[in-house]
Amino acid sequence: MPLHLICCVKQVPDPETPAASFRVDPGAKRVLPAPGISPVISPFDEQAVEVALRIKDARPDTRVTILCVGGDTARDVVRHGLAMGADAGMLIKDPTLEAMDAYQTAYVLSLAVQRLAPYDAIFCGRQAADFDQGLVGIGLAELLGIPALINGQNAEFIADGTVRFERVFPDGIGVFEAATPVLTTYSQEVGQPRYPNLRNIMAASKKELTMLDAAGLGVDPAEFAATSDLTELYIPQVNTECELIQADSPAEAGALLALKLREAKVI
Amino acid sequence: MADATGILVIGERPENGGRRGITLELLGAARKLATETGDSIDVLLLGAAIPEPEANGLIEYGAARIHALEHPLLGEYNPDIFTTTVTEAVRRINPSIVLFGRTEMGQDVAPAMAFRLKTGVAMDCLDLTVDPASKRLVMVRPVYGGNARANYMVAQGRFPQVASVRPKTQDPAEPVAGHSGEVIRPQLDLDASVARTRQVSYQAWEAAEGVSLASAEIVVSGGRGIGSAEAYKEVIDGGAAILGGASGASKAACDAGFAPPGNQVGLTGQRVSPKLYIAVAMSGASQHLAGMGTAKNIVAINRDPDANIFKVSRFGVVGDYKQVMPAFLAKCRELLSQGE
Ligand SMILES: Cc1cc2nc3c(=O)[nH]c(=O)nc-3n(C[C@H](O)[C@H](O)[C@H](O)COP(=O)(O)OP(=O)(O)OC[C@H]3O[C@@H](n4cnc5c(N)ncnc54)[C@H](O)[C@@H]3O)c2cc1C
Ligand SMILES: Nc1ncnc2c1ncn2[C@@H]1O[C@H](COP(=O)(O)O)[C@@H](O)[C@H]1O
Repeated sequence: MPLHLICCVKQVPDPETPAASFRVDPGAKRVLPAPGISPVISPFDEQAVEVALRIKDARPDTRVTILCVGGDTARDVVRHGLAMGADAGMLIKDPTLEAMDAYQTAYVLSLAVQRLAPYDAIFCGRQAADFDQGLVGIGLAELLGIPALINGQNAEFIADGTVRFERVFPDGIGVFEAATPVLTTYSQEVGQPRYPNLRNIMAASKKELTMLDAAGLGVDPAEFAATSDLTELYIPQVNTECELIQADSPAEAGALLALKLREAKVI
Repeated sequence: MADATGILVIGERPENGGRRGITLELLGAARKLATETGDSIDVLLLGAAIPEPEANGLIEYGAARIHALEHPLLGEYNPDIFTTTVTEAVRRINPSIVLFGRTEMGQDVAPAMAFRLKTGVAMDCLDLTVDPASKRLVMVRPVYGGNARANYMVAQGRFPQVASVRPKTQDPAEPVAGHSGEVIRPQLDLDASVARTRQVSYQAWEAAEGVSLASAEIVVSGGRGIGSAEAYKEVIDGGAAILGGASGASKAACDAGFAPPGNQVGLTGQRVSPKLYIAVAMSGASQHLAGMGTAKNIVAINRDPDANIFKVSRFGVVGDYKQVMPAFLAKCRELLSQGE
């Protein structure tokens, strides 16, 4: 049986935006887009797609679907996944689905996954590079009633119906196995995701892209309730005054730094 | 769950891979909250065998009840088994607030438990306070890679309010003279079939020589500007050896192969809170600051006077590290050999 892998990807403001261009609107509790910097696929989600595509490299009849809930420009990140080599995309877009909490996001994704079933594994980022929550993957697994394996650097199918997964711990790598279907999340240890080549970029525009809104997906207003509220969003105050060590040469400044640290009883 | 009261701390124990120290940090946070909510504090401990002195020993830190859950299946960490056990315990104890550490266990269990109980959870909190009007928990956490901060509350009417707290951000609880409490050892039914995943092997990183990064009082850390693995060894590892500290690195330095991956500090690396953090040839990206911003003293050496790292540093030298560091380390060696 060919495998079906579903990758959940989110569009986020570019996380490499320099701190100096980063602004929030505290009233609206939103980040203001930095001028001239386009939003991107959340980096760990791109790495999740990379792992799914490695599995497809080994088993070419594997079908990889990109799934995204997002706003007007989110089509770009679905396209990006297709250009990397995925087979099909599904974009859920609806004004009522903006500013969702983790529970609502996982609920909407669970409806979409049920549409896309049957599937063997779901691929998510360890955390989306906007609110850095690390909730939606595990939450989605809970709503679907499947196991979750998190913070991975790689996964493979070792036999039909079994996934072998490498989880990154602070002091090493744990290897896990689980029966499919399973949800997995990935971190930077995956390594550099493949760059879309020209042929795949051309092919991407012809690939199947399903668009659905909340009603089309069958979102039940009674189930679609936030379990948490974002009450404030702000830029933290840094109140350290940096004392720059001045000296005639960089070497003298280095020696002076050591003396300052001794004076301050830090060393 | 109506009538939810009390604060439940999810303790951790080395027996099953838990993080030593987090239990007292969570108790410290719980005690602070309790002065405003009037709640009593419970602690949950999981393991194959939990010695009485260990359980009892937590009472003097302000806990009213220690729930020691023992079962052979709890001797090793498994996400499903721990999630099921903790969720059942939370249903029974019915607390208003549940505190986890944002540890390996916390990253699995806090979200899974919250979804099972249809309640809200905030991960990696730096600070917890109580909203004066509603008496509900306010959870402060870094977002956007540390560029911004957000306050969260669990939606009105939902219980428990679940937070996972970043290690080393809370002052550990101190003993309270004369505090009394009890150890409870409830009967636990647990079936191995709950575990849907199993760990088949573990490969530890090559242990770094000397002091471990997580516990080091001094961290010497190198960024992309270090330029090579040889220079990293000489200046960063060499500097850490002189100062009796550990070596850290930025993601860029690890990705470039200058430093081993286990040395990465930051949002997606290790979180450190040393007394002294020396940042050499790194720009101070928010994702890096997310892992070391709580260090007591940050020192930066960078040739770019506008580098963001200076904004969080107490001392800084603008210059080429190749000239600054040898003189700095030579002076440190001299001062350290003279004693205090
Ligand atoms: C989702 C996500 C997660 C991330 N997680 C992490 C993380 O956990 N940890 C992390 O560190 N990063 C992380 N990053 C990456 C982060 O955004 C930065 O790219 C990275 O921290 C930059 O590393 P750096 O400061 O070493 O390199 P650069 O930003 O390139 O800075 C190099 C610095 O060295 C200085 N320099 C160069 N040569 C010299 C010299 N000879 N002497 C003195 N100074 C010199 C330069 O002036 C410059 O300031 C993450 C990014 C994303 C998107
Ligand atoms: N709107 C979304 N669309 C698709 N996937 C999402 C969305 N939000 C979150 N995810 C997935 O869930 C992961 C964790 O998100 P979070 O819990 O918000 O940090 C992300 O890395 C994505 O893989």
